[in-house]
Amino acid sequence: MIYPVLEVHGLSNRFGSQVVHDGLDMEVHEDEVFGIVGGSGTGKSVLLRSILGLQRPRAGTIRIEGHDITQLSGGGLRAVKARYGVTFQQGALYSALNVLQNVQLPMVEHLSALAPSARDELAMLKIRLVGLPADAARKYPAELSGGMVKRAALARALALDPRLLFLDEPTSGLDPISAAEFDELMLYLQKQLRLTVVMITHDLDSIFRTCNRVGVIVDRRMETDTLAGIVDHPNPWIQAYFHGERASIHLKVTHGA
Amino acid sequence: MVVEVRRTERGLALELTGEWRALSFPQIDTALAAVDLAGAHRIEIATDRLAALDLTGAWRLREFVQHARHAGAEVVFAGTPPDQLRLVEETLRPIDAAAAAPHAVKDLRAELRELPVEAEVATLTFIGRRAVTLWRDMIGALAFLGRLTATAVGALPQPRALRPISIARHVYDTGITAIPIVALIAFLISVIIAYMSAQQLRGFGAEIFVVDLVTIGVLRELGVLLTAIIVAGRSGSAFAAEIGSMKLNEEVDALEATGVDPFEALVLPRVLGLVVSLPLLTVVADLIGIVGGAVLCASLLHMPLDQYINRVSQAISPTTFWAGIVKAPVFAVLIAMAGTHRGMQVRGSSRELGRLTTVAVVQAIFLVILADALFAVLFMEIGV
Repeated sequence: MIYPVLEVHGLSNRFGSQVVHDGLDMEVHEDEVFGIVGGSGTGKSVLLRSILGLQRPRAGTIRIEGHDITQLSGGGLRAVKARYGVTFQQGALYSALNVLQNVQLPMVEHLSALAPSARDELAMLKIRLVGLPADAARKYPAELSGGMVKRAALARALALDPRLLFLDEPTSGLDPISAAEFDELMLYLQKQLRLTVVMITHDLDSIFRTCNRVGVIVDRRMETDTLAGIVDHPNPWIQAYFHGERASIHLKVTHGA
Repeated sequence: MVVEVRRTERGLALELTGEWRALSFPQIDTALAAVDLAGAHRIEIATDRLAALDLTGAWRLREFVQHARHAGAEVVFAGTPPDQLRLVEETLRPIDAAAAAPHAVKDLRAELRELPVEAEVATLTFIGRRAVTLWRDMIGALAFLGRLTATAVGALPQPRALRPISIARHVYDTGITAIPIVALIAFLISVIIAYMSAQQLRGFGAEIFVVDLVTIGVLRELGVLLTAIIVAGRSGSAFAAEIGSMKLNEEVDALEATGVDPFEALVLPRVLGLVVSLPLLTVVADLIGIVGGAVLCASLLHMPLDQYINRVSQAISPTTFWAGIVKAPVFAVLIAMAGTHRGMQVRGSSRELGRLTTVAVVQAIFLVILADALFAVLFMEIGV
């Protein structure tokens, strides 16, 4: 591949006088799991919203599979949006639709050629793929547990078999066992479907288990390195993050090995 | 082209090319459907020129393979079958491995059919269910009123528990900000009455009674009724939506867990706020209505202002005003209760929030009009 799957260059965002990003660069390669880390209020969500095309940045380019979404609108933007899948922090399942209908919605919107019976089967395929029991298909989001909501959201994100997947805090609100299960599921799917995953997370367990490279937002820019490299970055926030009490157990493992 | 088909001695050779991905499903589907299986005993599928194959593509390929096998053909892959096909097969295999024969891939469609669908309800059952729901609703409303009264009585000895600041906020939100729309509607209503009655009364040479109709109509009935209906639409819905989204957000639970009674903190201030603001809004509507009558009488009937004022003072008495204004607090309680009660009932989903907000407004307007009818009968009986 000539271009990275996702390339952000010189991104700037500001609200009023508050500068969130100032010349942020980020590059995500094919088949990797890229973690985005940053303190509260450093603009992780704003970055994700910019990449998803939900919000126009002040300056900079954002290329998804080579298409600069800051230059696109209407049908062009819609076509790019069909190429990635995304799960939101709270799941953001449509509460008026059951899980099956939730998974089918992207298919209905982007693949109208699909016959209803084929849609049913493909949706069931995705529901099974994420490890949900079949009877979850007819349940409404309000009837699901937290872990099931995350899985259903993942099934919906995979509805159109995207190669690029964005996960916003996929393990937040889950107990450690469910979170670990979700990590394994994500890794399994990433390998099987050859996905490129971009993941915003605070979960150190998750980062050390799944990420190939990590981008940390500090001082309105992004510091990117491999997982092994980023822990030695001199920036004080990064030091504090990766060398705090909670991270020590992982560092022993990575450095000891 | 996504499939190249060649006839061979014993059947077909298929060469898959290009990107077999979800977004190109229409082309894949058409191409595979167009493959003529007639007389084919052996189908060879080559996948080495395939640029990409995702699950949707693999699923469609599997459908084709099954279809061909069903038609009696032998299907083989040149080289190993693609991984994605294996993944689809694995995913479709029943999760319960013990019960599963190696090739008993359960049909997903069948599985879907077996799932319980929301049951169809027979008419009689439907009526019965609605009756029970209605009955429970009434009990619920009564319980709500009871708890509200108990909270109010409990709060009376200690004025701080009445939350004056919160009440003030609701007086502002439901009252002050509603003045422009209430004034406009009151003006237009008095114009309509004046215009219509002038047309009718002119035939009898009794145009002067237009003044009576406008003032009595607005003061006794229309001023308070229309104000209440506007407020039901504005504030009844706001109460239901506000409290409902707080319920969804677990804010109500948080209050309760902090030891704050949500009735005291959320419901009572809204009810009391509206009880203060609706009568005040009614006074505004009454005033504007009388002014509107004056404007129209002057322009339509060429009635001088002093004659209008003179006639107004003859037509109405303090009772006319009080007969209207006394209804306002009652309407206010009904509207606020419908809104807050429905808001507190929200649970689960945003769909519920929408449904209950609608119910709140419809119910508030209905209750206001019903109460107005009862007042009319009551006033008639006691001769006011």
